[in-house]
Amino acid sequence: MQADAVLDAKGLLCPMPIVKLSQKMKTMTPGQVLEVQADDKGAAVDIPAWCQKTGNTFLCSEPGDSYTSYFVKKS
Amino acid sequence: MAADKMAIICFSGDLDKALATFNLATGAAASGMEVTIFFTFWGINLLKKTRGRKGASSLLGKMFDWMMPSGPDKLPLSKFNMGGLGPFFMKKQMQSKKVQAVSEFLALAREMGVKFVACIMSMQVMEIPEEDLIDGVEFGGVAAFLQEAADAKISLFI
Repeated sequence: MQADAVLDAKGLLCPMPIVKLSQKMKTMTPGQVLEVQADDKGAAVDIPAWCQKTGNTFLCSEPGDSYTSYFVKKS
Repeated sequence: MAADKMAIICFSGDLDKALATFNLATGAAASGMEVTIFFTFWGINLLKKTRGRKGASSLLGKMFDWMMPSGPDKLPLSKFNMGGLGPFFMKKQMQSKKVQAVSEFLALAREMGVKFVACIMSMQVMEIPEEDLIDGVEFGGVAAFLQEAADAKISLFI
């Protein structure tokens, strides 16, 4: 999937992936898509939950070899 | 009406519980919530300056200051403290897992706009002068907490 920006959250544990995600989202405009690359297992649950809480749209996740990419659309 | 707020009472002065406090606070702030942490009793130790403290005037107050941890990097563990060995290993483990130290977590929370309130009563009992705490901390009592907690969606006691 194509993203407008990429956030490297690899090696970070809870709550840092969502802290970095929230900071990065502030710099983006509505409609833009952010790819979050994370290897924290909790991110699989936390990123969609964060989207629901903040009203942003969780699009999908793409598992890779060493990390997973999560795609989030700014509302 | 419940606002999108979180009110935490941080009563404990333990490393593990401080981690839980700041983890929740930064996570909630990242989710757009307005977060206030009330530090009371042992929790006040987290806010003490590491150096340059004025200290208490009475002997008992001085003993309190001397016996208790000062600042977020001096905290004991609530379990397996083993005279300081436990926190040493815990910090090593946290470092290898790239989990930030409590002091870094505290700084992050403040950067994210988490409000810190110190309990005046605890400070009087332990004879901790206001200037011995890190800058930017507000002071309050039970009414200040209730005012925040009454319309917060989430209230926690740690």
